[in-house]
Amino acid sequence: MSGYLARTIGSFRRIAAIVLRHVYLLRRSWPRILELMYWPTVQMILWGFITLFFVNHSSWVAQAAGILISAVLLWDVLFRGQLGVSVIFMEEMWSRNLGQLFVSPLRPIELIGALFTMSLIRTIIGVGGASLIAIGLFHYSIYDLGLPLIAFFVNLIVMGWSIGLIVSGTILRYGLGAESLAWIAIFALQPISGVYYPIDVLPPWLQHVAFMLPSSHVFEGMRAVLIDQTFRVDLLVNALVLNVFFLGGGIVAFLLFFRAARVGGQLVQVGE
Amino acid sequence: MPNSVITVERLSKRFGDVTAVDEVSFSIAQGSTAALLGGNGAGKTTTLAMLLGLLLPSRGRISIFGEDMLRHRYRVLPRMNFSSPYIDLPHRLTVRENLTVYSRLYGLPHIKPRLARLAHELDLEGIFNRTYGQLSSGQRTRVALAKALLNQPELLLLDEPTASLDPDSADYVRGYLETYQAGSGATILLASHNMSEVERLCDDVIILRAGKIVDRGTPRSLLDRYGRQNMEEVFIDIARERYLEFGVEPRKVAK
Repeated sequence: MSGYLARTIGSFRRIAAIVLRHVYLLRRSWPRILELMYWPTVQMILWGFITLFFVNHSSWVAQAAGILISAVLLWDVLFRGQLGVSVIFMEEMWSRNLGQLFVSPLRPIELIGALFTMSLIRTIIGVGGASLIAIGLFHYSIYDLGLPLIAFFVNLIVMGWSIGLIVSGTILRYGLGAESLAWIAIFALQPISGVYYPIDVLPPWLQHVAFMLPSSHVFEGMRAVLIDQTFRVDLLVNALVLNVFFLGGGIVAFLLFFRAARVGGQLVQVGE
Repeated sequence: MPNSVITVERLSKRFGDVTAVDEVSFSIAQGSTAALLGGNGAGKTTTLAMLLGLLLPSRGRISIFGEDMLRHRYRVLPRMNFSSPYIDLPHRLTVRENLTVYSRLYGLPHIKPRLARLAHELDLEGIFNRTYGQLSSGQRTRVALAKALLNQPELLLLDEPTASLDPDSADYVRGYLETYQAGSGATILLASHNMSEVERLCDDVIILRAGKIVDRGTPRSLLDRYGRQNMEEVFIDIARERYLEFGVEPRKVAK
């Protein structure tokens, strides 16, 4: 076996080991599973009833009855994607386990791989559960979006991972006192992501800022599918290109924070 | 030093204005059991953390198994391990799950029989399916030691290996470390406040004070030099700077 192949297999085994650690945790803790589904479900129910109301009072919503439920579920893909990375990382800090992890052969980039995997699992559980309840309660299936749904999902979760890495790195470097960032940071981007309204509602200067986010292209794309029955490839490409920069930036930022933590001693003394 | 496993040259660590480790140089011979001894804030844990790569030095060089730890850490880490009462394992995982995860991180084969043997040897069988958070501090120390021995390390770094253990359990663990060291030829470097532990286990003692090495020798040679009956009295002499009366100059004692 070549050295490169052996190293790659070793990396995947270590990623799998960290995933196993968190699967053990999830399996033992029903409140954690409940928490995964709770918020997406509550949000979906809220926006479901708002949709029922607006269908009779708004011609815009009436064009595509599922537009608000789709928006809330897709927003939760972004939010859960980010939270999945940040919370799994904080689990290691809460259990004061980082020091043990990083005296093993685990590399930071492998931890990132494990964070992404766990984030994906958590997002599928959380948003997947809510989407099934939406079918039962409101007779609306987000899966009717078809293949574009996969493109939307991938772009939103990757953007969530990027922000999750920056948040995690910040918490590692500056301590658990910064952990509230994990729950609030993403919401700074919600008003300019055009989740529930088109981007052209924003002032022109803010539209330029909005279109620097992959999420705004995804939500514009979602509306194109639901209202115009058109899949906008240009918006997909924009989101993908922006996500390359977001993901690269997130990984670099995390690795820089990790190095700063090795300088400052935060891997040894985890705390506030 | 021939066959040295650890070579440290002019190692320093500063945190802002505070110098935690100050131009420390030493080597640890293969197959020896060495101790970093010193009071609170002497720089023991900081030195161990730099050896492990958890902490980057402000300056200096660390070589382990002939590899530069700052550049080739991942070549070395699979051959060493570490235990400390100050770094935990996940509380909600059972002992078995924790050790399984770490076995996988080290890429170990035959995990089940390996864990069964360690559980038997370290008397963990009765707590193997309990969560780590439910354990007493003494039980946690034994589990952490089991984790540190999973990969049968050639170099074992231990921060206060018998902290929180009752005298009987501590004696058992010391005996186990002696047997492990004799059987494997591993090198052990431990930081400890327990002087009887150091006298029993170690053939090389490095004494730190305020980040500097102030003395070094075998327990016997240190007892002779200070004219004391046990290492606790030597420790107090050094803590109270009486080493200067014995003509020992800081930083001139490293081998």
